[in-house]
Amino acid sequence: MDYKPTIIAFLCNWCSYTGADLAGTSRMKYAPNVRSIRVMCSGRVDPTFVLKAFREGADGVLICGCHPGDCHYHEGNYKCLRRYHLLQKYIQQMGIEKNRLRLEWVSASEGKQFAQLINEMTTTVAKLGPCTVKEVMETLT
Amino acid sequence: MDKPKINLAVYWGAACGGCCVSVLDVHEALFTVVEHANLVFWPIALDFKYSDVEAMPDGFIDVTLFNGAVRNSENEHMAKLLRQKTKVLVAYGSCSHMGGIPGLANFTTKEEIFRRAYFDSESTVNPDKVVPVTEYDMPEGKLTLPKFYNDVRTLNQVVDVDYYLPGCPPQTERLVEVFMAIVTGAQLPPKGSVVGARDKAQCDECKRKKTDNKLIKKFYRPWEIQDDGETCFLEQGVICMGPATRSGCGVRCIEGNAPCRGCYGPSPEAKDPGAKMMSAIATMIDAKEPEEINKIINQIEDPAGTFYRFSLPGSILRRKICK
Repeated sequence: MDYKPTIIAFLCNWCSYTGADLAGTSRMKYAPNVRSIRVMCSGRVDPTFVLKAFREGADGVLICGCHPGDCHYHEGNYKCLRRYHLLQKYIQQMGIEKNRLRLEWVSASEGKQFAQLINEMTTTVAKLGPCTVKEVMETLT
Repeated sequence: MDKPKINLAVYWGAACGGCCVSVLDVHEALFTVVEHANLVFWPIALDFKYSDVEAMPDGFIDVTLFNGAVRNSENEHMAKLLRQKTKVLVAYGSCSHMGGIPGLANFTTKEEIFRRAYFDSESTVNPDKVVPVTEYDMPEGKLTLPKFYNDVRTLNQVVDVDYYLPGCPPQTERLVEVFMAIVTGAQLPPKGSVVGARDKAQCDECKRKKTDNKLIKKFYRPWEIQDDGETCFLEQGVICMGPATRSGCGVRCIEGNAPCRGCYGPSPEAKDPGAKMMSAIATMIDAKEPEEINKIINQIEDPAGTFYRFSLPGSILRRKICK
């Protein structure tokens, strides 16, 4: 059975979404498994979004923001970083593998890095196999 | 004014009995209750049998206060039976609302629970590895026991629920308010609403001092600090679920100098009880380097248990994924 991972990526408008866009306009080839959701700031990413993504069938969740110090809203990416660490602890407690959730800083000029990141994450998540969250949560045993 | 009495039932699933006690806590107001209601089923207090409920016509019971989670097939059977016989089914208390304390069993599996309870616990001697089974043939006939489920369920995961009355247990004054609203035929909120609790968070009613100093460098357990009795718990580094919990309980825990643990459940817009709190707590951490952030976060020993203490089965990740 050929499983193709689905990765949901939350990209901040100012840096990482622009960086991803650069990968596209530069015609860089990268794994098609990512579904991008643009948010104004990585600090907007509520833990609920991440949990909902897994619950609805995502195999991996990626959060990208501006590099530390470069956040368009000054502190947003730091808030995101703190939430990410707490979220990681929580999802591991719930039996979700830590490599399914990832946070990376991607600047507006880092199109190549974004493409590499997607390829890397797709390989990692593919190796982990499909995420069973949706199936487990939907079946009362 | 000779209004016919309403038929009232109270039932417990996987429960501790505290919610039934909270109903008894109406004290003298019990006379007001029986003035307006016939108690037609209440296992802890009255000797009605399941067969009495089965014999009732559908919709015979006007209001059922169902407390306790659904943990086995008996709880599920009674939830479905009472749903059929009841006009207004209220999920009463944290357990039926969100899973409650019994819901914490969703961190483990039936197998692990049975192993611990019947084999491994220190005072157990069970060399033949006897465990409860759902059916057993005896010469006198077949004995049955309810089936123990792997997943603890909230009431609304099993049947259609009309209202939720949160709390562990719900504040008795709120119960009386809701009861009188039903009895006097007041306009009830839309079906599926939380009643007996306010829409705002605990912080709105909490009398502790709040300052702008919301950044913290260390989390403390309540016994690790000299609580000054006045300042917001969070500002002192003690995790309090107040910001993510509905008010309506009278902030009784905080008045008792204990931080809120979230038993009243999340405010209306929060889809997941713990996620919003995790968001708030993380924002408070006064660190920018990953190592430092991790060090501070590791002071929260058990995020899942702390932020979902009463609400695990009712949350987005309603159980741990166990191999």
